[in-house]
Amino acid sequence: MTAELGEVVVAATDIEKYFGANHVLRGVTLEVRKHETIVLIGRSGSGKTTMLRCLNFLEEPTVGTVSIGDITVHADPLRARTRAHKEQIRRLRLQAGMVFQEFNLFPHMTVLQNCIEAPTRVRGMAKAQAVELAESYLEKVRLIDKRDEYPARLSGGQKQRAAIARALTNEPKVMMFDEPTSALDPELVGEVLQVMEDLAHEGSTMVVVSHELSFCREAAARILFMEDGVIVEEGTPEAILEAPQDERTRQFLRRFTA
Amino acid sequence: MAAAGPVAGTDALILDRIAAAHRADRRSFLFKFALTWVALVGALGLVLGLTGNISTEFIASAGPFILGGATITIFVSITSILLAVVLAILGALGRLSASPVINGIASLYVSLVRGTPLIVQILFVYLALPQVGIVLDVVHGGILALGFNYGAYMTEIFRAGIQAVPSGQREAAQALGMKDGALMRRIVLPQAVRIVIPAIGNDFIAMIKDSALIYLLGVQELLWRASTIGRQRLASLEALLIAATIYWVLTIIFSFFQERLERRMARGDR
Ligand SMILES: Nc1ncnc2c1ncn2[C@@H]1O[C@H](COP(=O)(O)OP(=O)(O)O)[C@@H](O)[C@H]1O
Ligand SMILES: [Mg+2]
Repeated sequence: MTAELGEVVVAATDIEKYFGANHVLRGVTLEVRKHETIVLIGRSGSGKTTMLRCLNFLEEPTVGTVSIGDITVHADPLRARTRAHKEQIRRLRLQAGMVFQEFNLFPHMTVLQNCIEAPTRVRGMAKAQAVELAESYLEKVRLIDKRDEYPARLSGGQKQRAAIARALTNEPKVMMFDEPTSALDPELVGEVLQVMEDLAHEGSTMVVVSHELSFCREAAARILFMEDGVIVEEGTPEAILEAPQDERTRQFLRRFTA
Repeated sequence: MAAAGPVAGTDALILDRIAAAHRADRRSFLFKFALTWVALVGALGLVLGLTGNISTEFIASAGPFILGGATITIFVSITSILLAVVLAILGALGRLSASPVINGIASLYVSLVRGTPLIVQILFVYLALPQVGIVLDVVHGGILALGFNYGAYMTEIFRAGIQAVPSGQREAAQALGMKDGALMRRIVLPQAVRIVIPAIGNDFIAMIKDSALIYLLGVQELLWRASTIGRQRLASLEALLIAATIYWVLTIIFSFFQERLERRMARGDR
């Protein structure tokens, strides 16, 4: 797998998030290095999605700091609407590609148009160059023959692979996945996981929320177990899956090994 | 429904016969349905012909002149609905704006227009604006009044359409680094417009009928022509019958297209 770990790409420090009085994240700190894939696991409601969304400020953390690449944003809910803060968040988001559970492809655009929309309109990339880049990523996710289809004509697995290609074409420094296979029919899960494993093995930097243990074993450098808004335990897949130290981790994993 | 796999000869025969029977039922229904309409309209025409001294000579000579007004009716309706769509998009963005001033302007527009009769708005353009020095030619005045009025009602339609675009679409665009303006223009509005197209079609059909009100301004559309020539030649009954028939036929034609559009949008493969 990946031998050399590079510099820190993602650093989240002391992230706290309240929804009203609901204290959902209680001080989460994590780091992801270049070429590293980390997987967040934990019970439903433990705060995994919220943590991922805080990383690119789809949710503004109540407290904390996020750095991705050379962009750093301090949570500032009181100034969340100011132009400067919004612009800084936008630049942070350009560093992170996000893949959603529900795909969220743009239904009025073809697969290729989905891919080149942000690179051409946000990054100002020349169209020919964006098309070339998009085609290379569509090749990689094995969807090049669907480049001119509209999303409604794709299967769930194809949609998710198109969404991955769309995020990749925007050339992020880190790819983030929120349970990318949990909206899929079981027989379509494999093709998406295969693409994600390929990305991990080729040295992409990834933050993944997923309960696919096969993926964890194949691709994760580290697994982080979350409970009640904190990271309870983290370590290599072997350490976490075979010899968890914390009772809560053990209890959680029992469900899968039963 | 076609049978899934290969079927034995007799089964296929039975399925064919069932399908044929369905088709025959449907044909018979449509035939009787059409016959009912023809009979009712014919009876109505007969009663009018016997009791109302209908002048076929007038119908033949004035008919083409009145029918010519349909072109203007359609032109005014199309132009007004386009103006209304533009105003409705602006109105909807205003109603969704976080700026209290912009939101206030848009809400006032909707409230004023919806709180006053259309006829008052039309007369306002025609009679009141000249008093402050704004004189529009009647066709433009009519289009302005109709577009302004429909724009306010359609503001609410567009607002609902924009809100009906799933929030995941916005989040995906934000995650890609898109700014608010591009996100609205490139991602949300195109989807919102698709959602509201059937409603725009409905409003267009309503507009064809409401556009009759601008005959008061002297726009030589359908109703103006019918009422003018009817009064001149003392044949208002015939004239208005002609106008009513033309409106009716127009709405039937456009409803046909509207329903097809609606079905296509509901299927929505893009
Ligand atoms: N937008 C929101 N508004 C209010 N509460 C939320 C929102 N999103 C998540 N929560 C709450 O935050 C907690 C963590 O949710 P989530 O991050 O989705 O957990 P997970 O992804 O681990 O299942 C849950 O209690 C959930 O109800
Ligand atoms: Mg979740």
